[in-house]
Amino acid sequence: MTSATNTASRAHGSASLKHRLAERGIDTKLLLLVPAIVFALLLFVYPFAYGIGLTFQPLAATQDQWGGGFLSNYVAFFRDAFIFDSVWLTLKLALPAALFNVLVSIPIAFKLRNKFRGKRLLQTLLVLPITLGTVLTAQGLLIFAGRQGWLNRFLMENGIIDQPLALVNNYIGVMLSLIISGFPFAYLLISSYLSGIDPSLEAAAKTLGANWKQRFRRVTLPLLAPGLATTFILTFVLAFSVFPSARLVGDASGDTRVLALMAYRAFSEQLDYSMASTIAIMMGVVELIVIAFVFLGRSFLYKGSTGGKG
Amino acid sequence: MSNSLRTRTAPPTEVVNIVKNRNKGKLPPGEKALIASPGTWFVWFGIAAFFILLFGIVLSVLVDSLGKPWFNTWLPENFTLGWYQESWERFNLTHIIGVTLLVAVSVIVISVVIGVPASYVLARSNFPGKKLVMLLFLLPILIPPITFGIPLATVMYNMGLGRTVLAVILVNLVPSVPFVIITMTPFIEQINPAIENAAKMCGANMYRVFTKVLAPLLIPGILAASILVLVRTVGMFDLTFLVSGPTSDTLVVAIYRAMTSAGGGESRQLISSMGVIYTALMLLILIIALRFINPTQLVAQVKDSRED
Repeated sequence: MTSATNTASRAHGSASLKHRLAERGIDTKLLLLVPAIVFALLLFVYPFAYGIGLTFQPLAATQDQWGGGFLSNYVAFFRDAFIFDSVWLTLKLALPAALFNVLVSIPIAFKLRNKFRGKRLLQTLLVLPITLGTVLTAQGLLIFAGRQGWLNRFLMENGIIDQPLALVNNYIGVMLSLIISGFPFAYLLISSYLSGIDPSLEAAAKTLGANWKQRFRRVTLPLLAPGLATTFILTFVLAFSVFPSARLVGDASGDTRVLALMAYRAFSEQLDYSMASTIAIMMGVVELIVIAFVFLGRSFLYKGSTGGKG
Repeated sequence: MSNSLRTRTAPPTEVVNIVKNRNKGKLPPGEKALIASPGTWFVWFGIAAFFILLFGIVLSVLVDSLGKPWFNTWLPENFTLGWYQESWERFNLTHIIGVTLLVAVSVIVISVVIGVPASYVLARSNFPGKKLVMLLFLLPILIPPITFGIPLATVMYNMGLGRTVLAVILVNLVPSVPFVIITMTPFIEQINPAIENAAKMCGANMYRVFTKVLAPLLIPGILAASILVLVRTVGMFDLTFLVSGPTSDTLVVAIYRAMTSAGGGESRQLISSMGVIYTALMLLILIIALRFINPTQLVAQVKDSRED
């Protein structure tokens, strides 16, 4: 570090190139960035590039079955219904879960934005699911919502249902676990975005006589919309890479055969690293497509609504 | 009043509605109705349903881990602590928790050491290619862990690092370093640069500016970021699962393996007691964490600085 300052002071005297570079923002300070970039290149970019390269080296068995030469993995991905269907199965889980979490969080965050007794307690309780983790949530769901669990027992003894509801080991089970882990996250994010909106804007609308519907639709919602889009993306990312709960509370060979599960199976059970990388990378592609759509929509939202704000 | 308004200027419908609404509420301003509106009912119903589900899950795992036989009744017949003892010995939890904490602490230290200087540069200076660097740090957070985890795990196995603690630490660093950078950058942006400039004018070099001036100011942010990294690392399943083996499993992965092991898995109560231990560990971390940070505040700070 001392040598860095020495060169800097010498540069001040003589070299003008250094000075000109510094004006453009290239100076010794940038050295601090080097460890992080080296790290990202070694542990993220290199393996990723390696994985992409791997997808073009299919196993002989894959080539024999699907043809297509070095693209054989991709041919298999799109042709093999067992693999390709899992794209839809994943989206069918992740999109409704993310949408539900965001939509339900809006009114709740809106109502609970004011000060009331026990607010801090409620927010602390909402952080609780983070401590559970997916695995424990799965275990709890299996016991609580299983055939002999408290939920079914309560409903049966009160005569609401005759047969126990099938809430676990299927689509509903995974959805419930996604809501339990995703909703508190969405709520906390949205309520923080909401607290970032200047309350005097709404107060101004109120003095002009707008009722709560108008205030919400014309003032708060447009300002909140970009935050909602961000929250949706983050919740979607969480739900999209669902893996343990799809296996534990889901129907891993049927309804909840998500992409992450398929990739893991190819990786550890079939030891087909090139196919596993193909599924994994296609999973990233599908996710980025959805995110790109939301960003596109978000740019429309934002432009349309800030025009009035000035 | 509204009549005269309407005849003079023929206002748009919006204004008419507003004027109508003004007279609709019968209560004087500042008073609230005693009977809650349907919206309020909906909100409280939703929260209640969520908490019933949540507490049902937590309580049933807790009761299950304490119950002797529990099949067809509301509550188990007897209560015992035996399951804890058995699972502790059977799965060698001392070792597993030790590994979990070792991994978590190493990940925190390394990602803070690498991440904070980088976020300082990103917060303070503009340079060509800054957007590209930001994207490089954003991608590991946005891309699903499995997507880069599987190629990464393949590389690890090829290098002979598979199933070692070192591999577990390395894979967990991949999302953690960018996470520290993304959370610390706005935090550093809000520190007044004049303080550093003053120190530099008084003759302090980069190293001294960092240790004597910036570090004390950064402590709250570093603490917040490292607690979040801790929670993420202890809870991280996907990445750890891909590279860990019997001697390097963290607690979550050990529970998952016990649940899915061949032959129908271990007995349910053993897994429940492990789950309770996991939750207790996380709860302890979070209680300590909430004493230092407010989770909503951190996000709000991020957003405020983005708008600037």
